[in-house]
Amino acid sequence: MLIHEHSRPGRRASAQAPLETADYGDLPQALRRKRRAALPEVSELQAVRHYTRLSQQNFSIDTHVYPLGSCTMKYNPRACNSLASLPGFLARHPAAPESHSQGIMACLHELQDMLKSVTGMHAVSLAPAAGAQGELAGVMMIRAYHDARGDHGRREMLVPDAAHGTNPASAIMAGFTVREVPTGSNGDVDIAALRAAVGPQTAGIMLTNPSTVGVFDRNIQAIAKSVHEAGGLLYYDGANLNAILGKVRPGDMGFDVIHMNLHKTFSTPHGGGGPGAGPVGVSKRLEPYLPIPVVIKGDDKRYHWLDEDDRPESIGRLTAFGGNMGILLRAYIYARMLGAEGMRRVSEFATLNANYLQARLREAGFQLAYPERRASHEFIVTLKKEAKELGVNTMDVAKRLLDYGYHAPTTYFPLLVPECLLIEPTETEPKEALDGFVEAMIRIRAEAESDPETVKQAPHSLPLRRLDDVRAARQLDVAWKPAADNA
Amino acid sequence: MPFIPHTDADIAGMLDAIGVDNIDALFDEIPKELRATALDGVPAGLSEMEVTQLLQARARADGEPTCFIGAGAYDHHIPAAVWQIATRGEFYSAYTPYQAEASQGTLQVLYEFQSMMTALTGLDVSNASLYDGASALAEAVLMAVRSNRKVKQPRVLMPRTVHPFYRRTVASIVQHQGVELIEVDFDARSGQTSVEHCEAVADEPFAALVVPQPNVFGVLEDVDALTDWAQARDALVIGVVNPVALALLSPPGDWGQVGADIACGEGQPLGMPLASGGPYLGFLCCKQAFIRQLPGRIAGKTEDLEGKVGYTLTLQAREQHIRRSKATSNICTNQGLLVTAATIHMAILGAEGLERVAAACHANTARLAQQLCAVPGVEPIFSAPAFHERALRLPAPTETVLAALAEQDILGGFDLGREYPELGSALLVCATERRTDPEITAYREALASAVALANAA
Repeated sequence: MLIHEHSRPGRRASAQAPLETADYGDLPQALRRKRRAALPEVSELQAVRHYTRLSQQNFSIDTHVYPLGSCTMKYNPRACNSLASLPGFLARHPAAPESHSQGIMACLHELQDMLKSVTGMHAVSLAPAAGAQGELAGVMMIRAYHDARGDHGRREMLVPDAAHGTNPASAIMAGFTVREVPTGSNGDVDIAALRAAVGPQTAGIMLTNPSTVGVFDRNIQAIAKSVHEAGGLLYYDGANLNAILGKVRPGDMGFDVIHMNLHKTFSTPHGGGGPGAGPVGVSKRLEPYLPIPVVIKGDDKRYHWLDEDDRPESIGRLTAFGGNMGILLRAYIYARMLGAEGMRRVSEFATLNANYLQARLREAGFQLAYPERRASHEFIVTLKKEAKELGVNTMDVAKRLLDYGYHAPTTYFPLLVPECLLIEPTETEPKEALDGFVEAMIRIRAEAESDPETVKQAPHSLPLRRLDDVRAARQLDVAWKPAADNA
Repeated sequence: MPFIPHTDADIAGMLDAIGVDNIDALFDEIPKELRATALDGVPAGLSEMEVTQLLQARARADGEPTCFIGAGAYDHHIPAAVWQIATRGEFYSAYTPYQAEASQGTLQVLYEFQSMMTALTGLDVSNASLYDGASALAEAVLMAVRSNRKVKQPRVLMPRTVHPFYRRTVASIVQHQGVELIEVDFDARSGQTSVEHCEAVADEPFAALVVPQPNVFGVLEDVDALTDWAQARDALVIGVVNPVALALLSPPGDWGQVGADIACGEGQPLGMPLASGGPYLGFLCCKQAFIRQLPGRIAGKTEDLEGKVGYTLTLQAREQHIRRSKATSNICTNQGLLVTAATIHMAILGAEGLERVAAACHANTARLAQQLCAVPGVEPIFSAPAFHERALRLPAPTETVLAALAEQDILGGFDLGREYPELGSALLVCATERRTDPEITAYREALASAVALANAA
């Protein structure tokens, strides 16, 4: 039932708005609204009950194991939320003067420094609002670098076929064409194909390492050399930074620019689809192009913003007020609680959990996409055998996992592995949660053998059975309208 | 070990199952010479108590000033229920709703949000959010250029009365997509974008006209005339609107003869704290005809196997994870949690509650402007009607005055002169429903002495 269906004309939660309607008679009649918007009319209790009930129809980290590959669904510490919500932080206007901003600017400056240290980059801007915006900023900086040198022929961006869809989409938004580079059968980028692809038209390459197939590309130094020798730059997609935090630094691998997903590696909440934060880090030669604002500590020991006037070569502003500050604060708090040692443990235990789960699933007879490789913080199981022999595909297994109380891993991504499950347990899951997941997978396969319809019709135990995506697109209904409008 | 549950026995058992001696062996595919040794820039970890003490001190350091700044972010009251519900773990710690059956809470909230935004803007469809108002305008501009079938020239008229930060954001984001942004000047007396000013730069066909309502000065534009003028030239109209103002003002869907085509804006006034500028939420609505060019997530209604109503992400063929380099935008993560807050906020206030908020802000700002203009030399800059913000001319340098006010913990407004030098010493002020009469009086007194002090210097 929609909140609109609880609505009754004249009902209201009157204490939440000013008690009286002030005079607005001076607003010209012609510019005023002719009739009230059809928003729900409910009491506060009705709203609270409705949205509390809706929340209970979600799987979440707080309620379920959520091994969604490439998404790093780790625990979001409560302290990060409560401290970022201190009144002084929440009440600060984005245009407040620096005299009333030294507290938050200190946090942001220290966060910039910590991110520089863990990535091995020379400078960081916290401005991008999410990973995809960080990618856009990154490739725009690559373009600005080439353009500033008068090197205008470099209009092609190399992107491995296993990359996130945001990579090619971001490259296009920065005015590049995209050339795909194949992944070899061992999971590493096909280095011969890469060498054949680079040339004077190459602006750069966008790489995720460990890659989206869940392995660390062992040829990274050769890739960097090949692209750099051709005059291109290396872009690091930080989606999988959790796998190497404190262990290997993108800057040391040869990357010139990177983005980080703080809502993954630094444990800020995913919120049902955001907000994120996608800071970018760069090597020295790209620093002038960083998106603004950037925080610096002046000789006066006070913090200052750098804006368009200070950074005339900047790619510019990406949101009105400089990014998702509340998320940056949460990441800062998390980083301070971890410290250097805690950060190293993040990647160690994320990797331990993934390799343990991989070993257990292999032992149970599931087929790994890259059986000869170590898992990074995630790995791929392919169900092509089960699909062929039992007629039960990856989506069916994913839906059946929901019945067993596990959120499904990422399905059908990356596209190059058929019937794949990309599984990322994260470091915050205990061993018994992983054992429970293996148990569920074994039981589902047994069901697929004895009673495949149970799996194909899953889920059975949730408030809804399997939803019809095709109907949603064909009989498009994306907003409730009042009855009068439907007539 | 913060947030890591493993016991020594767990670790030993897991390593044994994998068949390695220690955790370090799991990194053996990484070339040795690449392995990091130290993280010099990262201090040692703190306990929750220590980090609490640190953050409390930092938050206190920024003081508790009285805020008279608007300029795109507004200090409204937020009902207590909004964030108590929005930060329930089931909303806070869920991912993008890819598995619809396990995400009905989030998906239904998205559908309700879309419904509420279409009601407020008077348009047919809404997406499930973009990053903020400025980046939403950038997407609206790109979308309009893609959608206009009659005018193929990627040229967009951008009034200077659009917030300067929005204009810069749009310029950054579209800079490599061949879009030409043409500035439209405003009438120095009224503060409005007139049809004549548009005519002056419209020698060549253009794909869209951006119309802010209210504009950056708080001034109300003649939206009907602008809309009709642009649409008569086969251009699309993009409204940039404040959702609280829409409780009182004509919605974009009603502008002119047939309504604006696209509306976007900043959702922050719908239950989001100021929080230094984010996370906020960008909204983007349009007429049905353009839905396939609408970027970002969209939730749609459907049925399950048994015919029960449910919700799912739809029209995903527009998006990067399906269409890759041919997607409408690269956006992936959006502002889901803020959508949840905005939806609860709108449900609790309703249209009538939002109206009261809007009216109170409007009346408070009128009172503020009247009081401040009692200070000798302070006067309104523009003559046209305005909503909940006013541009004032000061008899002393704005920067000096603002600094003096800040010393008394009053954030006096947004320095317009920096962005519009032709306005001279100009200040944009705003008093939301939260500003009290004593605060307004204190501001007037502080302004009088700040002006006197600046002029004496």
